[in-house]
Amino acid sequence: MMTNTIKHHVNDDLMMAYSSGNLPEAFSVAVAAHISMCDECRISMESHNTVGGILLEMQTDIKVGPDALQKTLDKIATSCPVEKVEKPSKIDFPEPLSDYVGESLDTINWQPIGMGVKQSILSTSGEATARLLFIPPGAAMPDHSHSGIEMTLVLKGAFADETEYFAKGDVEIADGATNHTPVAADGSPCICLAVTEAPLKFRKMFHRIIQPLIRI
Amino acid sequence: MKRIQTKIDPNEIRRRIRGMSVITKSFIVECTSLFEIGRATHFDSAASTGKAVKLVEKTESPPSSLWVEEFELIQRHKSVKAFGRLFTHFAPKIKAFLMKSGTDAAVAEECAQEVMATVWHKAHLFDPTRASAATWIFTIARNKRIDAIRKLKRPEPENLDWGPEHELDQEEAVGLQQETAKLGQALAKLPEKQRMLVERAYFKDMSHSEIAAATGLPLGTIKSRIRLALERLRHSMK
Ligand SMILES: [Zn+2]
Repeated sequence: MMTNTIKHHVNDDLMMAYSSGNLPEAFSVAVAAHISMCDECRISMESHNTVGGILLEMQTDIKVGPDALQKTLDKIATSCPVEKVEKPSKIDFPEPLSDYVGESLDTINWQPIGMGVKQSILSTSGEATARLLFIPPGAAMPDHSHSGIEMTLVLKGAFADETEYFAKGDVEIADGATNHTPVAADGSPCICLAVTEAPLKFRKMFHRIIQPLIRI
Repeated sequence: MKRIQTKIDPNEIRRRIRGMSVITKSFIVECTSLFEIGRATHFDSAASTGKAVKLVEKTESPPSSLWVEEFELIQRHKSVKAFGRLFTHFAPKIKAFLMKSGTDAAVAEECAQEVMATVWHKAHLFDPTRASAATWIFTIARNKRIDAIRKLKRPEPENLDWGPEHELDQEEAVGLQQETAKLGQALAKLPEKQRMLVERAYFKDMSHSEIAAATGLPLGTIKSRIRLALERLRHSMK
């Protein structure tokens, strides 16, 4: 089997925010999904957690109530540990993502958004939106107004722009300054998880749809 | 879905996590110099009024105990006594952490108890060769803050198969503890104001622009320097 290596990772801004629990849910899904595939970033996450642990250790104690230990023991007696349900080993998505979209690519509820591109929006709370995107071979990723950080995780296939190539497991992080139009590469569809800070505005999609018609 | 890059040997991952303080140390150094620039501009007035920048007075050495024994006693013998020792040490710190995150005392108290109850239930998952007790408890407290206080979800990465039942290697655990302690000392040496900024980045939702406002440094400088420090950290881990 060809060894595939991840070349584009979660950056430190995002990792620190994820480790400290300050990332909107939609971004957390993508970061957790990437870490599930990438040992490099798992190490980075654990390192960031260590800083959190040290800060906890450095806290000046704030007294807990005299009965706090007893109350905790009572809680222990009346609660039971939540065991994680084991997922079937053959799933199409990293585990944290399958909690949102199910286990199989075949059961995704796609909505067409033009030019053969399809999307499926994840149900997350907070100020960011995560969606699965299906891009047919050679088709462009939907363009949108960049009004914040955008994170794209490749799940299947690959996409490329003029200078860079993103394969399975790779993460692209773009901000408002990024101006490019990646396309699904290698003659196969690209499926990715795209997270945006603000709701996507598919600015140019309309133009792309009518452009071929005008050319006739 | 399987890990891609990966198949880094679980023990190699452990080793590299233990080596992480090298990078985090340079990160702290970078933070120090970053904030010192900030102090030169922003804190000038404080200096001129003769107010010395107060150094953190936390000189107590890190606990020599790795808490390994306590965790074993809890796991194997459901030892309430051992749990009590963990509780006495960590519950007041968890409460402090939650209150710094903006929680009122009553909620923080309640949540600290719940965090410690989770520590009991999950004691068998604690692996002292991968994380110190404080790090591991921090992640539980952090999840409680997100879940119960911010009412958000935080998806967790897939569990890694850490290989066959890992016989506890005391030396590895001690190694991790030492590295963590060094990082802790580096953090403790920061002037209080600066340490607070690192802390707020972790405990609160403090954006780079807020850090900029607090240090008087332009946003671009802060972002690039934090990134540089972390990149160095990562390289030295390799
Ligand atoms: Zn990565």
